Order: sequence, then C-alpha cells, then structure tokens
Amino acid sequence: MNPLIQTLQEAFPEKVEAVEVSNYPTVKIAAADLVAIMQYLKDEQNFDYLANLCSIDYPEEDAFEIVYFLHSLKEREKRIQVKVRTAHNRPEVPSITAVYPGANWQEREEYDLMGITFTDHPNLVRVLLPDNFEGHPLRKDFKGVNVKP
Amino acid sequence: MNVIENLFTGLGAMIYDFLIWLTLPDWLAAVILLFLKWLLIILVVIVDVIILIWLERKISGYIQQRLGPNRLGPGGCFQTIADTLKLMGKEDIIPRTADKVLFVIAPAMFIIVAVMLYAVVPMGKDMMIVDFDLSMLFFISVASLGTLALFMGGWGSDNKWSLMGAMRAVAQMISYEVPLAFSLLGVVMITGSLQFSEIVAAQENIWFVFLQPIAFVTYFIAATAELNRGPFDMPEAEQELTAGPYTEYTGMRWALFFLAEYTNLVAVCLMCSAVFFGGWHGPAFLPSWAWMFIKAYFFILVFFWIKWTLPRIRMDKLMEFSWKFLVPVSLGNVLLTGVGLMLFR
Amino acid sequence: MITSEKYVLNMGPQHPSTHGGMHLETIMDGEFIDDVIVHLGYDHRSVEKIAESRTYIQFIPYASRLDYLSSNLPTMAYCQAVEKLMQIEVPERAEYIRVIMGELNRIASHLLFVGSLCQDVGATTGLAYCMREREKILNLIEMTGGQRMLSSYMRIGGVSDDLPPEFFPAVKAFLDGVPNMLKEFNGLISGNEILQGRLKDVGVISKEEAIAWSLSGPNLRAAGVPYDIRKEEPYGIYDRFDFEIPTADYCDCWNRYLMRIEEMEQSARIVRQALEGLPEGEFRTKIPRILKPEKGAEVYYRIEGAKGELGFYILSDGTEKPKRLHVRAPSFINLMVLPIISKGERFQDLICNIATLDPVLGECDR
Repeated sequence: MNPLIQTLQEAFPEKVEAVEVSNYPTVKIAAADLVAIMQYLKDEQNFDYLANLCSIDYPEEDAFEIVYFLHSLKEREKRIQVKVRTAHNRPEVPSITAVYPGANWQEREEYDLMGITFTDHPNLVRVLLPDNFEGHPLRKDFKGVNVKP
Repeated sequence: MNVIENLFTGLGAMIYDFLIWLTLPDWLAAVILLFLKWLLIILVVIVDVIILIWLERKISGYIQQRLGPNRLGPGGCFQTIADTLKLMGKEDIIPRTADKVLFVIAPAMFIIVAVMLYAVVPMGKDMMIVDFDLSMLFFISVASLGTLALFMGGWGSDNKWSLMGAMRAVAQMISYEVPLAFSLLGVVMITGSLQFSEIVAAQENIWFVFLQPIAFVTYFIAATAELNRGPFDMPEAEQELTAGPYTEYTGMRWALFFLAEYTNLVAVCLMCSAVFFGGWHGPAFLPSWAWMFIKAYFFILVFFWIKWTLPRIRMDKLMEFSWKFLVPVSLGNVLLTGVGLMLFR
Repeated sequence: MITSEKYVLNMGPQHPSTHGGMHLETIMDGEFIDDVIVHLGYDHRSVEKIAESRTYIQFIPYASRLDYLSSNLPTMAYCQAVEKLMQIEVPERAEYIRVIMGELNRIASHLLFVGSLCQDVGATTGLAYCMREREKILNLIEMTGGQRMLSSYMRIGGVSDDLPPEFFPAVKAFLDGVPNMLKEFNGLISGNEILQGRLKDVGVISKEEAIAWSLSGPNLRAAGVPYDIRKEEPYGIYDRFDFEIPTADYCDCWNRYLMRIEEMEQSARIVRQALEGLPEGEFRTKIPRILKPEKGAEVYYRIEGAKGELGFYILSDGTEKPKRLHVRAPSFINLMVLPIISKGERFQDLICNIATLDPVLGECDR
C-alpha cells in the first residue's frame, strides 16, 4: 500500500478507496468529496500541478468516470490518480477550477465531447465543437452527425 | 557629352520651338509642353516602379538566401509586368458597407499626391517641372497630404483592421513630419533658400551631408517612417493588421496604393540626394540626371536593406522615438547650425 | 462630448499570425486588449474518437498528425505508451534511434518557433534562415521514414526501419553546423534591439500562476521551474545522457524565446551522445500482429514534447481497439493562459504572446 494513499485514507476515513489499475497510485472517491480531497492534496500533500484530466464512458456500468492526474513540482516523485464516478443519466461533477485553475479548459473539453456537467465552472461552454452542435461525440452511443439510424 | 547632358532639356526646347513654329500662342505652347513633361514623369515613374518591385523582390531574395522571381524573362524581370496585367484583370470588389465615395477616391488621391511631388523634385540640372522659391515647403506640405488618403481608405473600408491601420498611419506620419521638417531646416538655414535648385547649387564644393550629418540621420529615419517602410511599416503590418488600410482593396485599386508607395520612395530618395548628397553634382563623365538617379537608387537600396533586416517596432515605442528622441535631436541640430552660422559669418 | 467604447476585433480564423485556424475574439479598448476569448476547434478531427475504432497499430499515423511540426515526438509517446501497456521490451538500438529522431524533431519544431516568431514581428529574414536549417532536418527525417513531416517512423516495439548509411554523414554535417547556426541567430535575431524591445516584459506570468494553470514545457521553465520530464522520470533511455535544462526566472516573451534557443543546443548535445552510443542490433522487436492488452489495463504515459508535457492516457477493454484514448495536448493547455497574459497589453503584444506560447493547432484541437 502506497504511504500516500494511507495518509489520504486516514485524513478522509471511508471515503477513499485504493485501487491498482495503472502506472499511477490510484484512489476512487465520490463526487461529493472531490473538491475537499483535491484541496487537501494541494495544500497538505503539495500536489500543485494538475497534469491531465479526462473522462471515460462506461455504458455497461451506467457511469462516467472522470480521471485526474496530479503531480507535485515540489516533491517531484509524488504522483496520484484520482477517479470519480458519476451517473450516466445525470452526469454531474463539481468543478475543481477553484483549486486548479488549469482544469478550466480541460473540464470544458470533457463537457464538450463527453457531456459531463461540471458544477460551479466559471464558463462551461463548448471549446472544440461549435456551440450549436448536438450530442457529445466521445460517448459510446454517439451515432455521428449525418448518420441515419 | 553635351548632347547627353542636355538630352531632355534640349528636347523640351525643341518641342517648344516647334510649337511656336506652328504659330501657336506662347501660353498654349507652354501648357502643351508642361503637359508633355507630366506625361514623361508619369511614364518614368511607372517604369521605375516596375523595376523597383522586381529589384526589391530580387534583393529580398538575396538577403533571405533564396532566388526570388526567376521564371519570366531573364532573372524574372518580366514578373512585375505580368503581375500588373494580372492585377488589372482582377475583379474590383467594393464592400457593401463601405463609404463608396471615400473608398474610390482614396487610392486615386494617394497616387496623385505622390506624383505631385515630382513637380518640384529635381531630376537633373535644370530638370524640374517648376522651379520656384518655395519648392521645399511645397514638397513637405504635399507629402503630408498622403496621410489623408490613407485615412480615407481606412475609414471608407468600414473594416476595423483598416481603421486601426489608418489611425496608426495618421499618428505615425504626423509625428514623423515634425523631425523631418526640422532636419531639413538646418540645410535651409545654411543656404538661406527653400528652392531646390539653389540648395543643390550651394553644394558644388561640399555636400551638405558633411555639414549636417545629424540632420541627414534624422531625415533618413523620419523618411523611413513617412514612407511606412520597415521597421516602421506599422500601418500595413501584414502579420498584425492583415494589411491595414489596404485590407479591403483588390485589383487595380490596391495596385495604385502600391504604385504610390514606391513613387513616394523614389521621390524621397531623389530629395535625399538633392538636399544632402550634392544632387546632380558629380564627375563629368556621366550626365547630371544620371548622377541624380544613381544616388537616389543607392538610398533605395539602403531602404530595402533596412526593411528586410529589421523586425517591426512597437507602436508606442515608435511614437516615443519620434517625440522623445528625434524631435529634440533635430531641434538641437537647428540650434547648433544657428550657432555655427553666427560664428563663421 | 467625446465618448469612447470598447469594440470587438475578430482575429482569425483567417489571420496570418494565429498559426492555424484559431479565432480570437479580442475585446479592445483602443489599441489595448481588454479581454481575449479563444474559439478553438477549426482543426478538430476527433482524433480521440477515431482511436476508438482503430487498432493500436493503426493509430500511429493519427498520432503523428497531432503535433505535425515534431511528429516523431507524439508518435514516440504513443508507441511507448502502448509498450508500457503491453510490457513490450524495445531493443537498445531502437531506443537510441528514437532519441536521435525525437531530438532532431524537437530542434525542427523550435526552429519553426523562432522562425514564426520572427515572421510575426515582421522580420521575415529570420523566418528564411530558420526554414533553411529546418530543411536539413526534414531531409534527415525523409531519409528515415520516407516522408518529410509526418513520417510515422516510430512503431510499437521499435522503429519502422534501420537508419540508412547516408544518414550518418548528413546528421554529422547538421550537428557541426548547429553552433554556427545559433551564432547566426544570436546575431540576426536575438541581438536585435527592436526584437528585444518587442519581447521583453511582454506577456508576463508569475511562477505560481504558471504552475496553477498547468503550463508545461519551455513556457514553464521560463517561469523558473526546472521541470523537464526527460530528467524527472527519464523515459526510454534519457537517463544515459548528459544534458542541462535551461531555465529562466521571469516568464516573459523574451525568456520563452531564449528557452527554445538554448534547448536546441541541448538537444543537439543529446543527439551527439546518442550517435556515439548507438549500439548494433535489432531495430524492432517482434510484436503480435494484433495487440490485445488485458481488460481494464490503463496507462498515463507522458514525455517531454516540443511544446510541453505530451501525455497519452490509454484505457483498454481487452479488445484490439482502445476503449478510450486521451491526449494531454500541451498546446491546448498552454494556450489557456493567453487571455491572462494578454490582458491590458497592446494588440501587437498579443501577436508575440501567441507566437511564444507556441501552439500547434493540430495538437490543440486534436
């Protein structure tokens, strides 16, 4: 067990689930705790750099997963992957732009392509696709614009 | 030698005599002769510009280690003619929201103003269309009219880029007219005349560039800005303002702007050689008009060299440079000239 | 009574200085910028969606079209990400070839950065000089992959072909010319006072802000953070080379420009060392024709791209196609600070800011 995840579990008892899936130490948390845990990681654990943010569609599990990759520029070897799940019919996750401003466009991109609403985002509009575009192309059930069913 | 030297003046006299022989009244003969002179000037200007555009493309190619135009004719020398023909055949687009009157007048005015400069610019010994005692004042005041044409074009286009370019052009050209005029003042103080023929005649023994080096440098810098040439090509700034006042212009109207820019360039260079570099004076193996053009072309080449080497300066620094550096320096030069004149008289 | 009002100046999508199809809605107060609203997506080809319907091997050419100015770097990142996912070992020689080609491509990308910066500030001669040097690298890339810009030379498990014999004298000639080239740039471009006046104290961002906005690559290093993934987590064989990370302590356009100039020198150093240490052997390992990573396997693999931290997140669902592929595009995230650094500056500074943030729209819009 990674000591970092242990301290995280001690700080947020029963809210942090450790999983081993990738080359990053990974925790799964609930969307409601996201901002608090991110703030804790930034303030107490020196994770000052949001490297990447992306989302995955799990139609078979009826969920979206949003993945955050954090790094620390102060303690260079530290890294963590944070996963958050949200329901498929009403995908809503709190925005972390207040903690990491750099999440701004990345969250907009996920809103644009995957259709996940980030609450409290300062400017949640489409970033890559035109504003009048219908649908969210990265969803697995997206059928394309001109394709007739 | 005398034949070549007096080629143009002799031709003029011959035509005049011929017209008198046709029993035309004196005034009509003079008017016809004047008309012919203008025609010749316009012809010279157009041929000159065609050569200059080719030359600039070749020289910029040389500076940038590439070939430049090389397909049409030897060394690509017919490229400009082909381009001109192409521009003539292009569709003339007037934007729907443009102020049509201003939009149409602007390029015509720009070229007319540019050609007007040649009324007083000496092309050789006794080779001016009119040689009157305020010719330098005429030159400066007509040159500043070009600003108006640029602003008309920028405003008339109804395009923000054009307007921004036009505003910059006005700000820049008005600011740089001041040091331009002041730097010429030093020369005027020495000769005591505003007439080009007298200014050139006064340089028979020593060129004014040696008596007025500061004035020459300030004149040259201010002239670069007046001509909107790099590094002061703020109004056009194709990488920033797309093309400034010329953005909306197409075909021949755009070409007129282009033509006028080069016409101005030649006029300013002729003026530079007349005022600072002894004008038509030079060793007698070449006629006076040849010396005039050799000197002018030298400055044109220097302008090309500067433009293709330096990046564009920022607008606020450009204004600062004029008002905080060039104006005081050129004013100081006037003072210095005055003191010098007092001491040596 | 004279009143003034702010106006909207639409810069792009067709504009010479946006480096591709990008639309900047600038709200101007005279010549000053009040706000910049960036509209992206003119180059959006939905690469991430395409990846879900291509096999792992088929995706390599798409990766090269992300950052088309340094196409060997994104393809290398993608191939290494898949190798990490599948635990494929790459032969020693292939690793060295990858480093050589990647670093050469980084120099090419930085050369175009310098050139387009010169072009944007009006010094077109600088562009011509940079293009002349870049041409030599493109010739080298053509020798290896057969294509000049989008060579898809990197393959999963190695590279597509061995280095041809004529490559070595050519790369040596180029490397010998690098000090001379940098000297020429310093004389023509860096030493120019007008250029310094245009770039110094323009588009400043503080170190804290640069980190908070996830800036990466030379832009972050200009702010005084010596953060280079080649050093931090040496991927491939980067731990074997001796090179420095140039940093500055003030992130303005001038320092962002200098970072690139110095990085070119360091990249040339790495290439020299890699050429010396180039071992004999296989250039590619045998891999299965159809790659099927195990279900649920995921990887986030990042390298130091020419523009910054270039990352690939790949999630497998056990089939021959990835379930999700996400590109952490440095251009996209670096461009986010454009409105912040441009606010209150002049319109001409905006041009310099875009040029020194160095976005590649192909990578930005994906």
